[in-house]
Amino acid sequence: MNASNSTNPELENKELFKSGHTACAGCGVSVGLRHILRAAGPDTIVVNATGCVEIFTSAYPRSAWSVPYIHCLFENTAPVAAGVVETLRAQGNDHTKVIVIAGDGASYDIGFGHLSGMLERGHDALYISYDNEAYMNTGVQRSGATPWKANTTTSQVGSVFKGKMQYKKPLTEIVAAHSIPYAATSTSAHYIDLQNKVKKALSIKGPKFLNVLMTCVPGWGTEPSLSMQYLKDAVDTHVWPVYEIENGFLKMNLKPEKKPVETYLKGQKRFKHLTPEDIAQIQKMVDEKWDSLLWKEKCDQERLAALKK
Amino acid sequence: MKMPLGKPGTSMENKTGGWRTERPQVDQSKCIKCNQCHLNCPDGCIFVTQKGAQPNYDYCKGCGVCAQVCPVKCIKMVPEEK
Repeated sequence: MNASNSTNPELENKELFKSGHTACAGCGVSVGLRHILRAAGPDTIVVNATGCVEIFTSAYPRSAWSVPYIHCLFENTAPVAAGVVETLRAQGNDHTKVIVIAGDGASYDIGFGHLSGMLERGHDALYISYDNEAYMNTGVQRSGATPWKANTTTSQVGSVFKGKMQYKKPLTEIVAAHSIPYAATSTSAHYIDLQNKVKKALSIKGPKFLNVLMTCVPGWGTEPSLSMQYLKDAVDTHVWPVYEIENGFLKMNLKPEKKPVETYLKGQKRFKHLTPEDIAQIQKMVDEKWDSLLWKEKCDQERLAALKK
Repeated sequence: MKMPLGKPGTSMENKTGGWRTERPQVDQSKCIKCNQCHLNCPDGCIFVTQKGAQPNYDYCKGCGVCAQVCPVKCIKMVPEEK
């Protein structure tokens, strides 16, 4: 290995997710991975589905991971993680953490059934879905995570149809409906929230799920330098509510003062065809969703307080 | 049989700095050492030293996230020129 001209070799050596990976400039996913690994620590095994992360971190013969890493197909990440964790536990190892890193294509669509199976069987693994809202690695095709009206190569803007006609799948809620101990959402720009959630999830036994919004510079058509800003805007406009569902009780972690959705939508090429009516419709959907979450939180927290008495 | 496995952390051999069209230039006298640039860097290649923030140009792809998140705006993106 060539000597690195690092400005702080001590810190650089501590980093578990190494530089030199081939993600695009301004990639929101690699920021998230750095924080996830930092929170998880070195005693971790990463199981990774096919997707951007696999391509940019593990181009043979090099690897950006400083922890044991296994790549598997789109659909079988959850079963492979289940196998790894059950083998470890059978060997008497009760400390090594198993983390699944899978994109939205693998989590929302292709590996969805197997994810459901992993949750139902109760394997002690943390499943992290990094949601960049389309199949970015293969050139931006729509997925179950793509939001309404977003332009992708398989939901193009033409004279009849303008972007994706369907709505985003509510994966976090579907996962929480499996009655698992912990399900939460976060973004890679809210790194304190993200690291706390990874630590909290790993301290719980059983299946855990994290859905983390991460920007994709070519897929969203944004400026690389604004990657983190778009994630902050997604939370500030209530488009991506940050909450956790612990043993069925919902709690909102971030309740920022609401900004209009245009703040988040403007500047993204995938949304540049939106009409004022579309934006009004998106605003309405976002407000309804936020309101329902607030009501749910109120009910859940009151029930929790009553149970504790 | 020998398994062809990638070795951990070997991506450091890829010097991705060649991708850059703009480089972050830090005015270290203004830097408050808040670590925001380091925490938000997609490539994990800008570190806060005793003098202030200092990017590692071996890996910096010049995305400009550090300049954007800097609360005191002490990082400027300047065109890469030979």
